Amino acid sequence: MSRDNPHASHAGRRLVTGVPYLWLLVFFLAPFAIVFGISLSKARFGVPPYEPLLQNGEVIAQWGNYAFLLEDPLYLTALLNSIQIATTSAAICLLIGYPMALGIARAPDRWRSPLLLAVILPFWTSFLIRVYAWMGLLKNEGLINSLLLALGIVDQPVQMLQTGFAVHLGIVYSYLPFMVLPLYATLERMDLSLLEAASDLGARPWRAFLTITLPLSLPGVVAGFLLVFIPAVGEFVIPELLGSSRTIMIGKVLWTEFFNNRDWPLASALAVAMLLLIVAPLAWLESLRVRRRGAAR
Amino acid sequence: MENGTSPANSAPGARPSVLSIESATRRFGDVVAVDRVDLAIGQGEFFALLGESGCGKTTLLRMIAGFELPDEGRILIDGQDMSRTPPYDRPVNMVFQSYALFPHMSVAQNVGYGLRQEGMARSERDDRVAEVLSLVELSALAKRKPHQLSGGQRQRVALARGLAKRPKILLLDEPLGALDRKLRERTQFELMALQARTGTTFILVTHDQEEAMTMSNRIAVMRAGRIHQIGPPRELYEDPNSRFVADFIGSANLLEGEVLGTEAGTARVRLQAGGHTVAIESDAGASFSKGQPVTVMVRPEKMEAGRQAFGGPNELTGQVVDIAYLGDLSIYHVAIADGIKVQVAMANRQHRQGKPLERGEGVHLAWHPGDAVILTE
Repeated sequence: MSRDNPHASHAGRRLVTGVPYLWLLVFFLAPFAIVFGISLSKARFGVPPYEPLLQNGEVIAQWGNYAFLLEDPLYLTALLNSIQIATTSAAICLLIGYPMALGIARAPDRWRSPLLLAVILPFWTSFLIRVYAWMGLLKNEGLINSLLLALGIVDQPVQMLQTGFAVHLGIVYSYLPFMVLPLYATLERMDLSLLEAASDLGARPWRAFLTITLPLSLPGVVAGFLLVFIPAVGEFVIPELLGSSRTIMIGKVLWTEFFNNRDWPLASALAVAMLLLIVAPLAWLESLRVRRRGAAR
Repeated sequence: MENGTSPANSAPGARPSVLSIESATRRFGDVVAVDRVDLAIGQGEFFALLGESGCGKTTLLRMIAGFELPDEGRILIDGQDMSRTPPYDRPVNMVFQSYALFPHMSVAQNVGYGLRQEGMARSERDDRVAEVLSLVELSALAKRKPHQLSGGQRQRVALARGLAKRPKILLLDEPLGALDRKLRERTQFELMALQARTGTTFILVTHDQEEAMTMSNRIAVMRAGRIHQIGPPRELYEDPNSRFVADFIGSANLLEGEVLGTEAGTARVRLQAGGHTVAIESDAGASFSKGQPVTVMVRPEKMEAGRQAFGGPNELTGQVVDIAYLGDLSIYHVAIADGIKVQVAMANRQHRQGKPLERGEGVHLAWHPGDAVILTE
């Protein structure tokens, strides 16, 4: 087919790959360029709340907003806090999600679809509503505390809402499916005769898991970890609703700068810095992985 | 290969049996995959489980490895009851049909995996891995990953991995199935050499009778979960105990008839086809009763076809309906009665002398009384 008319098939291929790239260009790169532009301008009172970059035919760009990010420890603290919360949450997701994914992958065929469905089921309800539901469960006069009090396990309500615990809980609960699904995909694909071979060669089940299943599922572990970690770093709704004012996460700071302080240029600088800080190391890791795979071939 | 006379063919009673299976049964739901199988395999044998897919041969192999536990019966390895022992505690290793090489480990790591589980010291392990790799001529590829190897090389890694722990028995599940024909033939002889050199007992599962006949000392022919006959290749071919085995191993002419009488180790049988009476030498001659329905089995190459009568005790007449010329051999399909055809295979020994038989010609068929077998099952 392609031999008959190579130009037509090239054009077709370009069209198919071109559309998603066009989408990314219009809805990701263009807004990013605008945000980057704003980050280089100065704040002012008015509409829009920043000075135009182009004044009297001259480009006036300044890096002052970025410098300020480094001066005020709030931003660095918020970033480190976010990374710490996202890392522990992703690790907890891994600890819970791995056995789940393994269990589903090794379940009898007829059980697999219903079990997977159960993992995805929460997505049928709005994310926001589910976080609100957690508020109802965790608050001092909420379901859990009422139950604990009624059973006489505690004398007074346990403070759960507006704690770091609640933030972790919320993130783990919300992002668990993103850990389970890629793990399931790699574990389900695994050739089970490898485990038989390991057993045949003298490996007890636990050893076989550590030496065969775990290493072969590492791509799924990495994918799941990143799928939880990346959105968790920038998470705004969960720390806002379940956390306290002391839970400083970068997403919340960003929100405050944009909507409470109306300092768009500083908020934009923060957004750009955050994106670079998270994306750059990941892109570097990915390039390393691709290069290593290329060398192995 | 001359299997018939080598001592390896004698029943395992002559040597200590390394594996005894006693009335082992394995069911999957309503299906009986392995049905009351008894089997004893001697130390150093090259044994083949032969049968079509679904006959239970792979299940039986997996029972020996420990992946399937018998519902009834016992499995003894080296005299010890291992019916309930998990695979990782059995002194047997397996070469999987898919090879099941660990993709994230190098060739050397794959081969050393079992030794590592044993807790063998690093230096000793390295020596052993090097030794086994040189046995299968893969020393140069020790650092490669499985995906960098050809199919034949992967097969040899799987073999080396299976042999590294020096198992009492090496189980091979269709080990040549994934190789192309030429490589398969060469590998057959390599496997035999390897088995002779290591002295390990090999148990091979295959659906390919040629493969089983070439490599093994003894073969068990399986069908529907049962073993129909066990014996050296020559015995299975020359003295099958049933129509099934006769038909399964090689090609066979099976002629229905009834016993007229027996005298001095020779049975006279009247064939349904054409009402001919034939004489067949049989050890079991005395045990036939008059009028007993039997099947006479004659291999195509043991029959002779010619234009003139042979004048022997066994003589049929028929008409050539088809000829397959194979170069070294010609196979003649001869109709001896309505709807009953026999095959005669004759070597094309002469080039210019004599006129070959042609389609449509009337021919006489003959065979020696000692060259046919009477089957009752």
